[in-house]
Amino acid sequence: MSESHGRLPARWSWPRPGSLLTFVALLAFLAWSLAMLKIRPGELWDGFPAMLEVLGQMRPNWDRFVPISWRMLETLQMALVGCAIGVVLSVPVAVLAAKNHAPNRFVHALTRGLVTFVRTVPDLVWALLFIVWVGLGPFAGVLTLVVETIGFCGRFFADAFEETDQGPPEALTAMGARNVSVFACATLPAALPAMTNTALFAVEKAVRASVVLGLVGAGGIGVELKTAMEMFQYDRASMIIAYVFAMVFAVERLSGWLRSRI
Amino acid sequence: MTAIAVGADIALAVRGLRKSFQGGRVPVLQDVTLSIRSGERVALLGANGCGKSTLLRCMLRLIEPDAGTVDIGGVQVTGLRGRGLRRVRARVGLVFQKHNLVPRLSVLTNVLHGALARGLSFRVWRQSWAPAAERERALTCLDMVGLAHLADRRAGQLSGGQSQRVAIARALMQQPTTILADEPVASLDPVAADEVMEMFCRLVGQQGLTLVFVSHNLEHAVRYADRLIALRAGRIERDVPATGVQIEELRGLYE
Ligand SMILES: Nc1ncnc2c1ncn2[C@@H]1O[C@H](COP(=O)(O)OP(=O)(O)OP(=O)(O)O)[C@@H](O)[C@H]1O
Ligand SMILES: [Mg+2]
Repeated sequence: MSESHGRLPARWSWPRPGSLLTFVALLAFLAWSLAMLKIRPGELWDGFPAMLEVLGQMRPNWDRFVPISWRMLETLQMALVGCAIGVVLSVPVAVLAAKNHAPNRFVHALTRGLVTFVRTVPDLVWALLFIVWVGLGPFAGVLTLVVETIGFCGRFFADAFEETDQGPPEALTAMGARNVSVFACATLPAALPAMTNTALFAVEKAVRASVVLGLVGAGGIGVELKTAMEMFQYDRASMIIAYVFAMVFAVERLSGWLRSRI
Repeated sequence: MTAIAVGADIALAVRGLRKSFQGGRVPVLQDVTLSIRSGERVALLGANGCGKSTLLRCMLRLIEPDAGTVDIGGVQVTGLRGRGLRRVRARVGLVFQKHNLVPRLSVLTNVLHGALARGLSFRVWRQSWAPAAERERALTCLDMVGLAHLADRRAGQLSGGQSQRVAIARALMQQPTTILADEPVASLDPVAADEVMEMFCRLVGQQGLTLVFVSHNLEHAVRYADRLIALRAGRIERDVPATGVQIEELRGLYE
């Protein structure tokens, strides 16, 4: 037996010239980037006392708790409304994006492409666009979240539709059921657990996104945070950050618990 | 080919059916012609990959045949579209080797889906929305296969034999004139397989339906069919009455 084995390969061998060259080029590029980006660790040190002072002022100040709570409610409402509308709209979008449900391959490819594009554009860019369209305020934020949710759920719902067992739909097609019925009776029930999972993730995403949207004026608690930071009211800012953390944490725990029960 | 008496009531007629896959490189059905009278029970035999499932699918245009015609109950299926095609499909119950129930829905809901064939729409999507008459009918169909007591179970919790019975109940719910069954009992244990075949044939007989079933079980074929049609490499090799056929001589089909 042992004779048929060749010599064991060496544990370490010299890299081939090609990969060595790539490696050296990569290192050079990193060094150059370090210079380009004005990375000077000294400044971290020089600015440290100022940072300490700000941190010292960041003792949460709860005297604006009630007005901030209303803003927080608005944030949550934006997230839930935007997400709910987005999830509903994602279903038809996903049908067109799923290979085995789209009317033809062109529609499938086009919808997939659009959904990917929507996901690629950052949410703040969507928010700025909708502010131009409908003005400052929570409506622009909700529209942003709707679009974001379609980008997310449209893709994963489509995957869920593609992955369902094709047997039951074929059985219903064979008995002469219409396409809507085949979809509603066979595909949707099979895809529902995966879709619920995705929708809950979308809620978490929307809650996190809705916090940031206020920074550009699209409603929600971000406005308060931005104002507090710009007016050097670090005590208020820290309170808002603590509040947001508590809310996002609570939402994530709740959605995690719901997902574990699917 | 068996001669068909003029004027006999033809449930299903296939003429010159051809089908190949991958742009003609894999010919599967080559010039299949057969004609089945109303009320006949036919066993479709043949080795793995000889085209039996493809033939059944082509009959209902779940797969588009390349050439040839299919008539079901006097209506030419080839060439039909949309509503017309759905109407013809509705008259044929198709039972698969894999029951193809929707596992997350109740047994009764799965049976109710058979009513989709009769043009009922969203009212029969869920058992809770269904008209009382349809629920009654679904329960009757379940009773015929002896599973009325499982109506509220989730379909995913049933055993293979029970699932196959529910699939048969769903096909009966269509109120079809013909049933095509593709290895309906292949995944069942021998006792359950005999039971389900027995029950299947009894129901088909009671309701005067036409039955075409695919089977690799030659005893079943001889016992439950009036007529045997054997395919070999996509062509009809034998088409004979089942009476007096020796199982031994059928084994040649698989060589
Ligand atoms: N969608 C498809 N694409 C390509 N080839 C296919 C396709 N469907 C079936 N075939 C081929 O057609 C041939 C016949 O398949 P079919 O399923 O009709 O056989 P069968 O007689 O039902 O066999 P079995 O007894 O195993 O069920 C097989 O060689 C199979 O590989
Ligand atoms: Mg087969």
